[in-house]
Amino acid sequence: MAPDDPLEIRGRTFRSRLFVGTGKYGSNREMVDTIRASGAEVVTVAVRRIDLDASHEESILHDLDPSEFFLLPNTAGCYTADEAVRYARLGREAGLSDWVKLEVIGDQDTLLPDNAQLLEATEQLVSEGFVVLPYTNDDLITALRLEELGAAAVMPLASPIGSGLGLLNPMNIRIMKQRLSVPVIVDAGVGTASDACITMEQGVDGILMNTALAEASEPEQMGHAMRLAVEAGRTAYLAGRMQKRDWAAPSSPTEGLLD
Amino acid sequence: MNDHASADSRTGAADRTAQGGIEIRVNGKPRTVPSGQTVSGLLDALELDHRAVVVELNRQIIRRNELDEIALEGGDVIELVHFVGGG
Repeated sequence: MAPDDPLEIRGRTFRSRLFVGTGKYGSNREMVDTIRASGAEVVTVAVRRIDLDASHEESILHDLDPSEFFLLPNTAGCYTADEAVRYARLGREAGLSDWVKLEVIGDQDTLLPDNAQLLEATEQLVSEGFVVLPYTNDDLITALRLEELGAAAVMPLASPIGSGLGLLNPMNIRIMKQRLSVPVIVDAGVGTASDACITMEQGVDGILMNTALAEASEPEQMGHAMRLAVEAGRTAYLAGRMQKRDWAAPSSPTEGLLD
Repeated sequence: MNDHASADSRTGAADRTAQGGIEIRVNGKPRTVPSGQTVSGLLDALELDHRAVVVELNRQIIRRNELDEIALEGGDVIELVHFVGGG
């Protein structure tokens, strides 16, 4: 058996390689049930204004026990390095750690990252002592720069956020994994269990997903499916798949056939 | 003219203070709060749990242990944020 170590980022080990978001659920009850079914420990949250017109709007922390889940604030919705740094600082103050999932978006329609702003924000936040996990496109050079700047992990997309298109460029992800020393957590684009499995089969360290769970007809059931898919993909990677060949190779003996 | 305008606006501000209120902005909306109100007092007036909110005053984060000490001033811009669902 090829052994597997638990996922470790910046000296902290996690019980699951599946990270999940908390957006777009019908209710907080459904969200928590889904997260539990998925087995995820790392759970992302966003920082937003309190709606002062709503009567006693609860923080999501009311339903997410920090002793059960590791809360990872994101900087979703930020389009400049300055905005992202501001949100990261607010998230640190609201939360219990220095960790941030750093997003700096460059375009509203694709939600693809703005690499220049992402690098700038990473450098600034690392200098302020943050543990930075930047969401990036599947570009090796950007990932290498992020690592050089002190990112604790790199989070390349499988496909655009919320698209459910699955892993569009497995080769880029494989190359990234082979060249980086820090963990590679694929973030965004997974649509269903096979996408998660194929992604993990590339050898990456983990996956973050949100919409694939929240927009499933039965989110809790999909949480369970994703747990199995991530474990299956990881285990298949460790087991080492057979070589592909162009022609058939019989599985049954060619000797001993009847005349 | 400018001096007059300035004096008028100051008088206006003084009048508002005399009526017990200063103008600030909270989460993008204007709000009148009692003169001398602390950040902590504002949170109480809004019935917000101090532990579940992060306060930014004029772009500076206010630590929880400072909420009682800082008095609001006219023109202050306050952002009150918390965690919501997100990916």
